[in-house]
Amino acid sequence: MQNAILTQTETAVRGRSQWADARARFLKNKAAMVSLYLLAALILFAIFGGQLSRFTIDEIDWQMLGMIAELGGPSVENGHYFGVDELGRDLYARTLLGLQISLMVGIIGAVVAAIFGTLYGAVSGYIGGQTDSIMMRTVDILTSVPFFFIIIMLLVVFGQSILMIFIGIGLTNWLGMARVVRGQTLSLKNKEFVEAARALGVPTLTIIRRHIVPNLIGVVVVYTSLLVPQMILLESTISFLGLGVQEPQTSLGLLISEGTSTMQYGTFWQLGYPLAFFMLVLFCFYYIGDGLRDALDPKDR
Amino acid sequence: MLNMIIRRTAVALPTLLILVIVTFVLMHSAPGGPFTSEKPLPPQVLANIEAKYGLNEPLYKQIFMYLQGIVTELDFGPSYVYKDRTVNDIIAQGLPVTLTYGAWVIVVMLAVGVPLGMIAAIKQNTWIDYLAVGFSILADLLPNFIMGPILILIFTLWLGWLPGGGWNGGQWEYMIMPVIALATSYMASITRLTRSSMLEVLRSNFIRTARAKGLPERTIILRHAMKPALMPVISYLSPVFVYVITGSFIVDAIFSTGGLGTYFTNAAFNRDYAVMMGVTLLTGGLTILFNLLVDLLYGWIDPQIRY
Repeated sequence: MQNAILTQTETAVRGRSQWADARARFLKNKAAMVSLYLLAALILFAIFGGQLSRFTIDEIDWQMLGMIAELGGPSVENGHYFGVDELGRDLYARTLLGLQISLMVGIIGAVVAAIFGTLYGAVSGYIGGQTDSIMMRTVDILTSVPFFFIIIMLLVVFGQSILMIFIGIGLTNWLGMARVVRGQTLSLKNKEFVEAARALGVPTLTIIRRHIVPNLIGVVVVYTSLLVPQMILLESTISFLGLGVQEPQTSLGLLISEGTSTMQYGTFWQLGYPLAFFMLVLFCFYYIGDGLRDALDPKDR
Repeated sequence: MLNMIIRRTAVALPTLLILVIVTFVLMHSAPGGPFTSEKPLPPQVLANIEAKYGLNEPLYKQIFMYLQGIVTELDFGPSYVYKDRTVNDIIAQGLPVTLTYGAWVIVVMLAVGVPLGMIAAIKQNTWIDYLAVGFSILADLLPNFIMGPILILIFTLWLGWLPGGGWNGGQWEYMIMPVIALATSYMASITRLTRSSMLEVLRSNFIRTARAKGLPERTIILRHAMKPALMPVISYLSPVFVYVITGSFIVDAIFSTGGLGTYFTNAAFNRDYAVMMGVTLLTGGLTILFNLLVDLLYGWIDPQIRY
């Protein structure tokens, strides 16, 4: 009898795990699902869009020079699908590169920050005591450092490269993550189910693996996905100022900056295409992040 | 209260020290000093110049001298590129501009964002609410360097109402677009935050009690609901200073307003480390000060909070 009840509850629990629940909630979120498909399309475009391009990023179309406002607009016939920039380079190829770089910076930057922040926060929270307070005081101090300036200094001193941007951005954004993870670890450590596991004699490592980490993943995933658009914005801001990636490489921020400086000549496509892609990318990541938060952390609403 | 101020200062000092050390070490690890040019100077001349700026001293001594200058005379040292100007001159030129429109940005985002969020919450699920929510979603996608060009496109190129750039002593025509460009996206977050916290407060028990007592709706909202609903908004103000300073760089680049950002960006292009360091330290210090003020405000509004 008792056995029957046990197996029954067990199957019931297995039938609706935390993750299945979250997935169901996410799938029901229309904005998030649309963003997910849109993002998938954007990523596919970023990877395979180059096949359609008839020009390289730094190839100058000499026929256009001097007549860019009249001839340089988007056209399928001459192969410049998005028109050309003020130097006569193909904007399709350049926007594509910008999109690739923005996506890469966003995703890799956020993942790096997430890994580092999670490790730091989990260690700090789990060890606790003096170590915890020293580690968290360090985070407090670093939080007040104006990192935007430090990143620019890094770029100025060590040269403006994508690698340097990664390092700079990665350096700065793990702090919030560390704090969140540490708080979560602290509260998990004293939860009844962890206590129960401990009382049952489950080894510490298994507790961390089976009970702490799965409960952290939700927070980490949510926070990482919310970090991605911030990373993209940061990189674009730096590139907009001309301090990010260097010509002939480009990024969406740099393209928007160039488009802004030429729009008074009527070449609106130079601003429009990079701007549209940039907003699309931001839109997708914001709503996916929102959807993930609602799905994984419903009590937070 | 005093305790908190002391504790904050205890954190602030190492922060600033770390800033000084990091920036110093960074600029000294740069390949080529600030006086490296395409036409190399005779080594004798270079040595003389470096001696003048104290660059031949050991690093710790330079840091000490620099700190001494700041602490005793608020002197950020000479610029390495502009021979006739000190970092102080440059800061004195840029900072008032940045602070002027920065203050307007904060005023505008609060004066619009908070009431909008409140009204949206009070009139939940009406067209006003949908409008406010729609606005706050849209503004997320319009960070300052997208807002800036769009504003110029509309108000300067198409309508011709406002000048597309410049400062002109802070005349309102010149200030209006930078302020809107910088305020919009944060304002949207404030609107959303105010709305959700107001909704939560309006559903709480003490508001139901106030309604049951028969208090007029106006009193309920202004006297009872407003204060607790504003708490999360105030704590959201801490990063606003950093946001405004960072954003002001973009605004300066788009609108040529001539704020601190113009000088910092130029310094970055010219490798004028002295200016970069001065601006970094200054904004670091101002950030810490601003956060302290926000925390004091927070404690003043909610006496429950103990530091």
